[in-house]
Amino acid sequence: MGRARSETRGFPVGGEEGMKEHTPVRRHILTLLVENRIGVLARIAGLIAAKGYNIDSVSVGETMDNSMSRVTLVVHGDDWVMEQVVKQLNRLVDVVKVVDLTEEDCIEREMILVRVNAESANRAEILRIADIFRAKVVDVTHRTYTLEVTGDAHKTQALLDLLRPFGIKELVRTGQIAIARASKAVSRKIERVPEGEEPVEQKSTTATP
Amino acid sequence: MKVTGSALLMKALVDEGVTTIFGHPSGIFFSPSESPSEHPFRYILCRHEQVAAHAAEGYYKATGRTGTVMVTAGPGATNCVTAITDALVDSMAIVVLSGQMPAGVMGGDVAQEADVVGTTRACTKYNFLVLKAEEIPRIIKEAYYIARSGRPGPVLVDLPSDVMTERAELRAYPESVAIRGYNPQVTGHPGQLKKAADLLAKAKRPVIYGGGGIIHADASEAFHDLVEITQVPTTLSLMGLGAIATDHLRWLGMLGTYGTYAANMCIVHCDVMIAIGSRFDARVTGTLSGFGKQCRIIHVNIDPTSIQRNVRVDVPIVGDVKCVLRDLNTELRKVKRHWEKDFEEWYAEIEGWKKRHPLRYEQREGVIKPQYAIDMILRLTEEYDPIISTGVGQHQMWTAQVYRGRHPRRWLTSGGLGTMGYGFPAALGAQAAFPDRLVLNIDGDGSFQMTMQDLCTLVEYGLPVKTFIINNKHLGMLRQWQQQYPTFPQVDVAHQPDFVKLGEACGVTGIRIERPEEVKAGIEKAINTPGPVVVDMLVARDESCLPVMPI
Repeated sequence: MGRARSETRGFPVGGEEGMKEHTPVRRHILTLLVENRIGVLARIAGLIAAKGYNIDSVSVGETMDNSMSRVTLVVHGDDWVMEQVVKQLNRLVDVVKVVDLTEEDCIEREMILVRVNAESANRAEILRIADIFRAKVVDVTHRTYTLEVTGDAHKTQALLDLLRPFGIKELVRTGQIAIARASKAVSRKIERVPEGEEPVEQKSTTATP
Repeated sequence: MKVTGSALLMKALVDEGVTTIFGHPSGIFFSPSESPSEHPFRYILCRHEQVAAHAAEGYYKATGRTGTVMVTAGPGATNCVTAITDALVDSMAIVVLSGQMPAGVMGGDVAQEADVVGTTRACTKYNFLVLKAEEIPRIIKEAYYIARSGRPGPVLVDLPSDVMTERAELRAYPESVAIRGYNPQVTGHPGQLKKAADLLAKAKRPVIYGGGGIIHADASEAFHDLVEITQVPTTLSLMGLGAIATDHLRWLGMLGTYGTYAANMCIVHCDVMIAIGSRFDARVTGTLSGFGKQCRIIHVNIDPTSIQRNVRVDVPIVGDVKCVLRDLNTELRKVKRHWEKDFEEWYAEIEGWKKRHPLRYEQREGVIKPQYAIDMILRLTEEYDPIISTGVGQHQMWTAQVYRGRHPRRWLTSGGLGTMGYGFPAALGAQAAFPDRLVLNIDGDGSFQMTMQDLCTLVEYGLPVKTFIINNKHLGMLRQWQQQYPTFPQVDVAHQPDFVKLGEACGVTGIRIERPEEVKAGIEKAINTPGPVVVDMLVARDESCLPVMPI
């Protein structure tokens, strides 16, 4: 997490500090509307990697317009560098829109599939936990349960924390997807606005003069 | 009517207005029924693809028209990576057309296959992999549009050989492009323009800092008007040289690490700075923590990511430089102010700085000082309004310091990436665009050795480039840094070819200049000799390029 760039070089090159004040490192969730084409995801991933950042998760799928896809990225970084990242993502030819949902009121979801050890003494307890989290059992053996659960990051993490003492054998996560609350829809203006609904003002993330 | 992919490509290039292509042969572009000799382009066959791509850069910088490169698959394309990266960093518009293995076998580890699109993803503004012949006209149109618009940059189009032989319907070349995710801002925001004009109207110690963007936007006339209206002292970055005539009264000299004392002092002591088509590169600002804190800054740039990137700016204006300057000038003409009179104290202070530390060198008997050699070259060729290119290193900085020119698009140099070996091919490209103009390459012995194999190309195509090698038998800039940073590695390159004999071996006139008294005559002989010339100027080995601003 955070910047991986080395500070030592053979000779000073200048330009290392400057505008960057100490902004907090935190989790950023970005949603992008992009052309649905070969190489687009590679370019986005390359741009973020070039900054020395790790992508915590990425999720991508077609939108109602199948010539466009929606990408959701979760990256840990400091606010100032992330602002640069957002601007540079916007600059990419294949990226139509970028929204940083970090500050926004949005709905976040992730799905996880987790296989947990379930010896006979613990089976009931595990099922109770699953029930509390509204998780489904999708696979069962004499020694394990595989649970499927959907929720925001807090919920899925809470479930994993509760299951950990039993022994988690395997874990697969989709990564977060997010959608802004209806008052601030990202894709309204791009997709067709259904009859009878009002088009919504789009938030722009390009540098406003 | 159905035609092959390669015929569609050729027609698209013709419709796009391409006249000159730099490259190295590729059998894959032409299907068996079409011969290259039928094509209407001037095809300049270079000895190395890097040379072809740098030549396209030089062609673009000299003309303002996108340079075109055509190379083959695998090593042909990968040999261009350095030049493509150079073009990206310095915002040069070039389109690289690379051949590729058949789309049907891509990824199968065939001979000469390389993932060119993958390799160049990080160093192009954009790239395309063509999978259907019918897409070719649209892709070519988009490629040239993306390369030249907004902040210019390199675009690569990868063309698999089976797509080249595939047949598709011949249609009219698209008239326009519409790219959802790419719409560069052209006009500046009127509110911001007014703020900028207000700041300048009240400024007491202003300075104008221009960059390469002025050249890319063909905005030097509007820039000149700005200086004429406001009479504000003006400096330019390395990439911006030529945006204003160097004999203009308000010219301060280049700013930055190797810039003039007066220009840098202005930047540090101004109360308002207007940055136009520039990006506050580290070589301009030095240590950022101290930069620009004392003044208000207006920043005009077409690329929003260049603004507020590393320097806090008070009035950002995103837009095309020419458009913005025209609108700004209109606002400024309304300002009731005796500009010149108001700045009298400021001018006096600047004169003091100019007198205290002018650029100087001392040429005595015995050995040629490199600064003297370069100064003489520029003075003796000034009347011809030459195009000048440089390699990278001390000679580049000395040339920039004493540069004299009255027009834009005469100055070709590698700034952001600093690619040694850039000068010679860039001059080649510029000469191809302007066969009758005097084109000089002021090069270093280290830089020249990187791309010198194309001397024969000059002879082949009748390109009379005059190369002056400022030969100190050293990697001079690195040797200078070694003095300040003793942990630097050794940089002695005394063993080198006899450049005069090398030139003659390639069919190029070779001239050697060893003594100060030979300099003037030697330069004159070089520029009056028809055809390409290589001049080996043996200069003092241990000069340092000064002043140097600590970074």
